[in-house]
Amino acid sequence: MTPAAVSSTSSLSTLAVENLRTHFFTKAGVVKAVDDVSFSVGTGEILGLVGESGCGKSITGFSILGLVDPPGKVVDGKILFHGLDLVDLPEEERRRLRGSRIAMIFQDPMMTLNPVLRIDTQMIEAILAHEKIDRALARKRARDALEQVGIASPDERLRAYPHQFSGGMRQRVAIAIAMLNKPDLIIADEPTTALDVTIQAQILFEAQKLCRETGTALIWITHDLTVVAGLADRIAVMYAGRIVEQGQLGDVLDHPLHPYTRGLIGSVPSRNRRGSHLYQIPGMTPALLNLPTGCAFRERCDFADDACLDQPEITEPVPGRPVRCFHHFAGEKA
Amino acid sequence: MIVFLIRRTFQSVVVLLIMSLLVFVGVYTIGNPVDILISPEATQQEHEAAVKALGLDRPMWEQYRVFLTNALHGNLGDSFVFNEPALKLILQRMPATLELAFGAMFIAVIFGIPLGMVAGIKHHSWIGRAIMSGSILGFSLPTFWVGLMLIMLFAVIFGWLPASGRGETVLLFGIPVSFLTVDGLSHLILPAINLGLFKLSLTIRLTRAGTQENMQLDYVKFARAKGLSNTRVIGVHVLKNILIPVVTVLGLELGNVIAFAVVTETVFAWPGMGKLIIDSIDVLDRPVIVAYLLITVTMFIIINFTVDVLYSILDPRVRLGDVKS
Ligand SMILES: Nc1ncnc2c1ncn2[C@@H]1O[C@H](COP(=O)(O)OP(=O)(O)O)[C@@H](O)[C@H]1O
Ligand code: SF4
Ligand SMILES: [Mg+2]
Repeated sequence: MTPAAVSSTSSLSTLAVENLRTHFFTKAGVVKAVDDVSFSVGTGEILGLVGESGCGKSITGFSILGLVDPPGKVVDGKILFHGLDLVDLPEEERRRLRGSRIAMIFQDPMMTLNPVLRIDTQMIEAILAHEKIDRALARKRARDALEQVGIASPDERLRAYPHQFSGGMRQRVAIAIAMLNKPDLIIADEPTTALDVTIQAQILFEAQKLCRETGTALIWITHDLTVVAGLADRIAVMYAGRIVEQGQLGDVLDHPLHPYTRGLIGSVPSRNRRGSHLYQIPGMTPALLNLPTGCAFRERCDFADDACLDQPEITEPVPGRPVRCFHHFAGEKA
Repeated sequence: MIVFLIRRTFQSVVVLLIMSLLVFVGVYTIGNPVDILISPEATQQEHEAAVKALGLDRPMWEQYRVFLTNALHGNLGDSFVFNEPALKLILQRMPATLELAFGAMFIAVIFGIPLGMVAGIKHHSWIGRAIMSGSILGFSLPTFWVGLMLIMLFAVIFGWLPASGRGETVLLFGIPVSFLTVDGLSHLILPAINLGLFKLSLTIRLTRAGTQENMQLDYVKFARAKGLSNTRVIGVHVLKNILIPVVTVLGLELGNVIAFAVVTETVFAWPGMGKLIIDSIDVLDRPVIVAYLLITVTMFIIINFTVDVLYSILDPRVRLGDVKS
């Protein structure tokens, strides 16, 4: 069974998000950070969630974990985890899923670990929050997790403080923490953005390996298409709080259906286009506060016309390729 | 660590020397104690005898040299008034002041940190606002007035707590303390509240600011993403981080509290150093004033030193060699 087959039916997916809306009720107005987002991810599958900064990727991740702080709120939709809707689950039950069944890794490794607590404290508490086991046993598991993510002399490193690690090493520690309880799903929110390129490549490789080995589903959030190009099985492209298209990685990269995706791909430097001018999507990411009606990409789109003054709904012109555009490229030869 | 200790000790000695000179000169230039000490009817001879006995006829630098030599031998001169060593007089009263100061700090910390955290976490709710309004009151009401109100309310109207003195004391490691007897503790409560109110407000504000700042940081979200309970996130992760600035500031404020004890000690007739120094200033009892100031400076130095060490224990990122002095 291919991952695609798994993910096409939400009942079999590890996670299926359906029509999720997360809005922030600010004094200036309602910010629709996540607006009608649907996707799913299955066992051992890696989904790349791609989009410009501020389009709602992190808030999507926090919504799944139940960590959206006021004035933000999940106002609509379903978050089905193994078929169980998390949206209405009591807080205590959500807490029990966090860190044990669903884990998250954050963007800035310099900020995610508590600076005044030792690594062992921060790892052991993550185990003991979910299982009543012996401290010594928890410690051994923490040690093994560090070893698994490639940290040398783990026993010694357990007693260190975060500031004694480099950025790359801290991110490995964060990944080790995320893996501690063998979760079914990891949400990785731009975990390599703050790292330099070699370390980024190592971490990508190892994250991929770990997921394949353990069968963990992985949502890899990034603003950088090149990062997911070497990593993901499927990608979902997000723009202004909405997913505008998704599909198998190769299909989307070879035949983008949405003008925004095409722009993103065009703006990636590549070998066969060396020397020629890089395409850049004109204009700026719109502010999510008081978005104009119609397609949010309208102002920047070369294909916009009067039809685009209405909000495009998701269609599936090609099976397994949902897209949100009136003038998608499904009929064209790319 | 050793380099730090040596450097710090050397700095402290220099500071003490400079302070002793400043204090000595400063005190020397105000008034003439003989005029106050001797009755106006005294003869010229009696007057000169008194001046000689006090060593006031010698040049100032000579007096300073004698003072310094004596000081190095632990002798800060005899009180003009009590005819006893100034140092002894002050050391006798120091435990009372220290007990009052620590009592005040205790109240500030025990109530200030939880209230500050609640105000920081629930800053939108009425309870957060109520705490903050209360802390503004604590900042702005004058200490002597609050002291009088406390006496009026709890001593006069309700008659729950005594209004003056230290009450019964017991010896703890040879030092008399009030807080270990019921009577002594009841005497300590009102003055400690009075003196601690300002620091309580300060602690609330510091803690609230720290809590609000820390709650926004990624490490809190990550801790929650690990599935930790709110109690653990706030009570361990956040608290440990905000304790660093709070302990540092409060530690440095301790010297301040000791110095400000003067007002409270006067209002509550608390037999501490503050009361002694006020009386001594009244009669220009120079040795006592100088000794008091020097002891206060020494205490500030010790306190700062302790705070630096404490800071390095609380914050693993700081090694003592790096601490700016
Ligand atoms: N606390 C908040 N209050 C108001 N708006 C917010 C808040 N947090 C996030 N947003 C809005 O949500 C949008 C999406 O944020 P985010 O998910 O962090 O974007 P990204 O795709 O870069 O991860 C942002 O444009 C921002 O304006
Ligand atoms: S709906 Fe219209 S404006 Fe929006 S992306 Fe498609 S063509 Fe462009
Ligand atoms: Mg983000």
